[in-house]
Amino acid sequence: MSENKNTVDKSQEDTLEAPSHASEQEVAAGKESLRTDADPSKKTLTHTPSVVMKELADTAAKREPVPEARPATKLQLVSRSTQIKEASLATLFFICAFLAVLGVGLIFAFVAWRAFPLLSEIGLWNFLTGTQWSVADNTFGALPFILGSFVVVGGSLILGVPLAVLTAVFMSEVASPRANAIIRPAIELLAGVPSVVVGFFGVVVVVPIVSALVGGAGFGPLTAWIVLSIMIMPTITTLSEDALNSIPMGIREASYAMGATKWQTIWKVVIPAARIGIIDATILGMGRAIGETMAVLMVVGNAPQLFAGISAPISTMTSQIVLEMGYSSGDHRTALFGLAAILFLISMSLVLTVRLLAREQTKKTKKPKKGGGA
Amino acid sequence: MSASTHQTKYSTPLQTDPLVTSYYVRNLEFWYGDFNALTNISLDVMPSAITAFIGPSGCGKSTFLRCMNRMNDLIPDTKVGGDMLLKGADIYSSGVDPVDLRRRVGMIFQQPNPFPQSIYDNVAYGPRLQGVKKKSDLDDIVEDSLKRANLWKEVKDILDKNGLAISGGQQQRLCIARVLAVQPEVLLMDEPCSAIDPTSVQKIEDLMAEIKDEVTIIIVTHNMQQAARVSDYTSFFLQEVAGEPAVLVESGKTSDIFTAPIDKRTEDYITGRFG
Repeated sequence: MSENKNTVDKSQEDTLEAPSHASEQEVAAGKESLRTDADPSKKTLTHTPSVVMKELADTAAKREPVPEARPATKLQLVSRSTQIKEASLATLFFICAFLAVLGVGLIFAFVAWRAFPLLSEIGLWNFLTGTQWSVADNTFGALPFILGSFVVVGGSLILGVPLAVLTAVFMSEVASPRANAIIRPAIELLAGVPSVVVGFFGVVVVVPIVSALVGGAGFGPLTAWIVLSIMIMPTITTLSEDALNSIPMGIREASYAMGATKWQTIWKVVIPAARIGIIDATILGMGRAIGETMAVLMVVGNAPQLFAGISAPISTMTSQIVLEMGYSSGDHRTALFGLAAILFLISMSLVLTVRLLAREQTKKTKKPKKGGGA
Repeated sequence: MSASTHQTKYSTPLQTDPLVTSYYVRNLEFWYGDFNALTNISLDVMPSAITAFIGPSGCGKSTFLRCMNRMNDLIPDTKVGGDMLLKGADIYSSGVDPVDLRRRVGMIFQQPNPFPQSIYDNVAYGPRLQGVKKKSDLDDIVEDSLKRANLWKEVKDILDKNGLAISGGQQQRLCIARVLAVQPEVLLMDEPCSAIDPTSVQKIEDLMAEIKDEVTIIIVTHNMQQAARVSDYTSFFLQEVAGEPAVLVESGKTSDIFTAPIDKRTEDYITGRFG
């Protein structure tokens, strides 16, 4: 690449030094000699194209001019109605896209506006670190809910991610098409089950089992983990499977041809190659989990207290908002909007993380602009 | 001419002792499901030499090559018949571990396929599978393999860079280094030069000549000049009728095949009359 650049530079100098009326052929000849100087072994190669080009130019010169007397073809003009249609469609699409942006902006602005008095009335620090949440005492410390949300999400990821990723690996690398024909629709159906139904399943089936296993009423983090891991599993499985399927067959073959077994190929080549996609899937699953409300509300116990064991009832930001928004007013309502703002920020940072990861990945595998010397 | 009555022509007679050959193939048949893709293939691959498989597209060269390290095992519903002996041992006899076989018989594919990991990790992949853990040992293997693959000078300062971030020709040499790192006895190359730049082709041909004393090389190529340039032996495959199995038309020393082909079809093919 650098060699080419030199040639161009030199030929430009050459043009400057040469008399101003230098013909193109002379310049071409100059270029040619420069190239020959640069790499004597390629003499014949660099010579040939210029000869061919000269021949082509000669042929072009000999070609007869196009007769002018022929009547010009009538070209149809763009009709007015087509122009209007195109323009209005473009506007329509723009409005649709703009509404999405506007929606996000408005929701954020509204939540921030309603949560804003929190700074003066309760104090941000008191709000974030307070452990007491009492409507009667007008004390609003959000820490139990923030921690509660993270406890619930974290546990569900610990249970759900291995389950989902292993399912994805099974579907992509191991299962026969016939097995996939059963598993895939099942997972899609699972994704479509309304969260209130999953919550109901939690209350009726999981709660008694958890109660029998660890004691207590059965409402608490462990139950929420199980229920949530079922709910995030389809998202993570589907996206991880896409990531695994996008790994070219060639690198699997390469691994087998190196004498790797199927498991070595999966663990050492395929999963690392799909790593970013799997992390993406996990983060999106996390987004789903942190925003999940109904099923969590039904099984988590809804006690505004700090995490005190896998069977002690806790509460989360989402469930607290739903439970209390209906009758809240004043500082209470402001505090609930504060919870909503925190949720919003967490979701936004999750989405941003996914985008950053995607950018990182393209940067990593992108070819350098200058050839590596080959 | 019907495939079943086909007789391969040999300018050098077939060996009678499998132990003097690298591969000793007799009456090999191959099926994809019901389709008989290869029939009655008998040939010797001599050790410490380069053998080229030539023939038009779809004539079974690559299929045959993939029989040699049992890569076809990965395709469901395929079947092999006849004998394929590596250093006198039948690679298709029951109980043979294809994974171990593939450690001894390396393969390079048409499309460069480095793992999306660092250049270092790519080359260290095979040795690590075999249990090499010491950093200094791995360093030595990586450097030595990259040198043998004519790539060391270009990548010695960027070993931690992703294997996909270098040019296609460099990627192909990286794949060769990756295979050489496990010291294979045989190197199967499936059109290794058809997707890369001429400079890298030159470097690959050079390295083939450099390593052929230690590694038996079998190369499938569409490029007649390449076959004539690099190989010591040549085998010409042909599928005359679509749907019929492909056969081995002629096999022998490259100098004989290219200067005095016995079969008319070989002559037609190498002079560019078809294919």
